[in-house]
Amino acid sequence: MRGLEQLALIALLCTGCAPHVQPRKLTIAAAADLNFALEEISRSFRQQHPAIDLQTNYGSSGNFYSQIQNHAPFDVFLSADVEYPRKLAGEGLGLADSLFVYGLGRIVVWVPAQSALDPATALQAAAVRHVAIANPQHAPYGRAAEAAMRSLGVYDRVEGKLVLGENVAQTLQFVESGAADVGIVALSLAIAPPVRDRGRYWQVPLEAYPKMEQGGIILKESAAARAFRSWLLDPGGRAVLQRYGFYLPGN
Amino acid sequence: MDWQAIWLSVRLAVSTTLILLALGLPLAYWIAFSRRRWKFLVEAVVSLPLVLPPTVLGFYVLLAIGPRSPAGALYARLTGGMLPFSFQGLLVASVLYSLPFTVQPVAAGFAAVDRRLLEASWCLGVSRLATCRRVLVPLAIPGIATGAILSFAHTMGEFGVVLMVGGNIAGVTRTVSISIYDQVQALNYAAAAETSLFLLGLSFTVLALTYALQRRIWSVWPLN
Repeated sequence: MRGLEQLALIALLCTGCAPHVQPRKLTIAAAADLNFALEEISRSFRQQHPAIDLQTNYGSSGNFYSQIQNHAPFDVFLSADVEYPRKLAGEGLGLADSLFVYGLGRIVVWVPAQSALDPATALQAAAVRHVAIANPQHAPYGRAAEAAMRSLGVYDRVEGKLVLGENVAQTLQFVESGAADVGIVALSLAIAPPVRDRGRYWQVPLEAYPKMEQGGIILKESAAARAFRSWLLDPGGRAVLQRYGFYLPGN
Repeated sequence: MDWQAIWLSVRLAVSTTLILLALGLPLAYWIAFSRRRWKFLVEAVVSLPLVLPPTVLGFYVLLAIGPRSPAGALYARLTGGMLPFSFQGLLVASVLYSLPFTVQPVAAGFAAVDRRLLEASWCLGVSRLATCRRVLVPLAIPGIATGAILSFAHTMGEFGVVLMVGGNIAGVTRTVSISIYDQVQALNYAAAAETSLFLLGLSFTVLALTYALQRRIWSVWPLN
């Protein structure tokens, strides 16, 4: 019975009946490509702020956007495309003054390590049967891949070979499994620790596709959320982000 | 409305059902009548897709039909094509995914047939195959119809497996459930709602029609 009462008390506290109390729990909704960088950043954040219970959820930015529109209980949203946080600020669902940009999306042409293809020329190779990209209809990296292929002048040749991953991680899996020969994925994914040694990549020039600004926003005002935002944008956080492929042209 | 995706899903569901009837009837016969000790192992394997998440099944299928697997390499040598991201590849996945939905109702239907009728037919000198055709199958029609409807409906609604192995190619592997998902992801809710409503109507009509047909069989049967 005592346990039940405690549970009820916890549930009551969690449902936010006390807006003036400083929240201990901080929930981050983050684009899936931030997975590895954010794990490292949140480890050091937790050490520095042991009182804050930091939780990270990874998923597609578009999914999070529609969940937040329906008042999903997230405190901070880190999107793969700053357009979503911008829209949320416009809709009054995020704090406009907290909007920030943490990186530029960069795409690479990726082939598995054992492939005979050269990633710089793989898109033109006649032996290629399937080229995997993320779905341009809703994945920012897919849109960038399509735009890059158009400006590199290979789109017409590749169009019939395209297979679409649900997101950029599945796109990589299509290539890694050998089902597709070559793929266009995020640089952050290609240099992530579990992937680094499994393939080779060629970085597509930034001018070949529209700028993909990656940004975030605080959804609910709290000292913990502010602390996390500055942790991320401090030189320490920036250095980690840069190591995982998220950086601005100035850096 | 994405007619191309709807038509693809219907083609996939019909082909899957036909293949499953051809494969599932002998398998169900064996499960219903075999006395092998290790039969339970086969039954467990057949029922696996009921328990496994579609993601697991899709993940395995993609590896199993990919060019690096023996099966994928053999297929490439025989046909010159490749199974991943093709209609045939999707068909392989769908057949595996819907296997229990055909085999279980058909096996139950076979097992429910009065064994004495089969034995009487054999004693009258009718071969086993002809007994199947003329006694067993007609008596088990409701079970077979249920199996066929369920695998058709299950394939129409298939999502996870297609997402894992399809590659989302318009007209080849972009089935109606994937198309709806894409529309929702692109925040195109009106189009998603339209296609969803159509799918709901189609599914209901198919199910209602088949149950209505079955009902006629049931009410006519005792009169004979």
